[in-house]
Amino acid sequence: MHATQAEGVQSLVWLLIALPLASAAVLLVGGRRTDKWGHLLGCATPLAGFGIGVAAFVQMLGYPAEERARTLHLYEWIAVGGFNVDVGLLLDPLSVSFVLLITGVGSLIHIYSIGYMSHDTDRRRFFAYLNLFIAAMLLLVLADNYLALYVGWEGVGLASYLLIGFWQFKPSAAVAAKKAFVVNRVGDFGLSVAIMVMFGAFGVVSFTGVFGAVEGASKGLVTAVGLLLLLGACGKSAQLPLQTWLLDAMEGPTPVSALIHAATMVTAGVYLIVRSGPIFDLSPDARLVVAIVGAATLLVGAIIGCAKDDIKKGLAGSTMSQIGYMILAAGLGPVGYAFAIMHLLTHGFFKAGLFLGAGSVMHAMNDEVDMRRYGGLYRVMPWTFVTFGFGYLAIIGIPPFSGFFSKDKIIETAFNKGGTSGWILGACALLGAGITAYYMTRMVLMTFFGERRWSDDAHPHESPPVMVGPMVLLALGSIFAGLLLTLGGRFQDFLAPVVGESPEHGVHAISPVVLTLITLLVVIGGGIAAYVQYGRRTVPVVAPAGSFATVAARKDLYGDAINESLIMRPGQWLTRLTVFFDSRGVDGLVNTVAATIGGTSGRVRRLQTGFVRSYALSMFFGAALVIGALLLVRL
Amino acid sequence: MNYVILSAILFTIGALGVLIRRNAIVVFMCVELMLNAANLAFVSFARMSGNLDGQVIAFFVMVVAAAEVVVGLAIIMTIFRSRRSSSVDDANLLKY
Repeated sequence: MHATQAEGVQSLVWLLIALPLASAAVLLVGGRRTDKWGHLLGCATPLAGFGIGVAAFVQMLGYPAEERARTLHLYEWIAVGGFNVDVGLLLDPLSVSFVLLITGVGSLIHIYSIGYMSHDTDRRRFFAYLNLFIAAMLLLVLADNYLALYVGWEGVGLASYLLIGFWQFKPSAAVAAKKAFVVNRVGDFGLSVAIMVMFGAFGVVSFTGVFGAVEGASKGLVTAVGLLLLLGACGKSAQLPLQTWLLDAMEGPTPVSALIHAATMVTAGVYLIVRSGPIFDLSPDARLVVAIVGAATLLVGAIIGCAKDDIKKGLAGSTMSQIGYMILAAGLGPVGYAFAIMHLLTHGFFKAGLFLGAGSVMHAMNDEVDMRRYGGLYRVMPWTFVTFGFGYLAIIGIPPFSGFFSKDKIIETAFNKGGTSGWILGACALLGAGITAYYMTRMVLMTFFGERRWSDDAHPHESPPVMVGPMVLLALGSIFAGLLLTLGGRFQDFLAPVVGESPEHGVHAISPVVLTLITLLVVIGGGIAAYVQYGRRTVPVVAPAGSFATVAARKDLYGDAINESLIMRPGQWLTRLTVFFDSRGVDGLVNTVAATIGGTSGRVRRLQTGFVRSYALSMFFGAALVIGALLLVRL
Repeated sequence: MNYVILSAILFTIGALGVLIRRNAIVVFMCVELMLNAANLAFVSFARMSGNLDGQVIAFFVMVVAAAEVVVGLAIIMTIFRSRRSSSVDDANLLKY
């Protein structure tokens, strides 16, 4: 990858990270004094970032395609012997796509938060954390080496922890934050080991250095690095087997769920895999594992989404599932990278829109999250209904909404992989599309249609313009983003210098037109199934007992139970064993020695009677003994 | 040779006195007796071996004994003043 020094507006991209970071510092250090204008400052920085991002993007479009990657050297961070890490930013089509998504959707969600958090006394702190997140996320995507990426990676983890636990007075929120942090640590461990292996094997951690050296590395090493990177991606992106934290993460305020746990942070894993494409390209085994993880997660997430009555948890299951699609696409290699990122961008729009819609409904219903308590809301909340509806059409993949273009491509690419694995992965993706249609239809029907099942003190009302505005913009994105990105393979060509030219595969397992029709049929089938179940019958306010499968899905397919029995319990046994060994074994030995010496000394002490004559006697005998011994030796 | 035997007898008397008697003054005198028994032995051995080393040592012992008497008597006086007793068994506070 050949890159030249950035110039013009692009040399200002460091401001993207510096501005929100400075704003977060001001808001956190300034304390209550900044309460009055804190949220305005918080909104200004991502908007400014978006401006810089657009300017940099326009400048990039002016360059010829193969010269679009620009680096910006900031400063020398670590220089110890043979180990040199320079902090630098890498601006290429991939990172600029992320910059636009993060600052664009981020700005909208910041603005929405002004309204959503208006009743919260800690709104300033909320904006400080959001800005911290924006800064860390931008560092993650702009870094030109793995170590700086890791700093951003940890930064978003911290921001996620702080924001999930924002209402830390609720025990459930505090626990969820801790859980998210601990589960993420497992993934971060994988990423950090991957970086160490890279440094150990190649002696460099910069992207260009690693990708240059990886060509000559042994296959086993490359596979190991790939799998470790996948572990990191699984943690951050809530993929199997580290998926359990995302559902609990919905304890955070809804804008957080929209920004961090739907649009941006959880997609960092996809970014990591696509960015590390040259590593995965050399290891088909690692790629296959990536694809399998993605396919499994997309089904698991979708199944969980079907059974949740909590609107946010339903959307969280859906997020898992959609990221599963992206990981699956990324696992298909160079042909899939562009589609993974495209689905990531369109998903950023429609899922953020859906979450903001859910937040708007919750805001209106006194923070009620149980969909069995909604119903008939389309009359009272028309704006929310329409924007949510466009998000809905986009996510289930009805043409010409954006999800159709990105998801359909992924299903097609999976089938085209060829061989048995191609058929299985493709079938999983196709089935996932049907389930997606089912649970999303269920969600819309339960929330906006049917009779009103509100609790007595609910007086729903449309949200203020400051919340509706971002929802409308995101809905527009949900409608048009896919079409704009797909026309003439535009986005693929844009990303090609980074992820590699996707070969025009002449072999189609199924002809694209037929496959599109099949996908549409499956989607409509899923929608009709949901309509039969939830649209034509009344929805009971109390959830029915449900079949075995429903119960399993309600319990997140026993994800927590498996973790508990496989990892937590043995871990507890291990700690108990070590505690026992420590207290009885090590401490026991030490204590016994000490007690023996102490007891003996206590008795010996009694010899000190204080009587001068007994001392004299012992001295006398002692001297006699010494003289006797001397004489004996001499004789 | 007889002087050596006398010295041994004197030393034994002194040692027994230190071990058996309670009066601090008497114990003190017995210590002096032991020292002088040792002096006697030194002088006798010097005579027997025909050089002056033992006699010189005897002088040193006398100097030490004089110093010891000064310190020891002062201690005994102080104890007697505070406790109205010169028994060594009464001065037994420094113990376990």
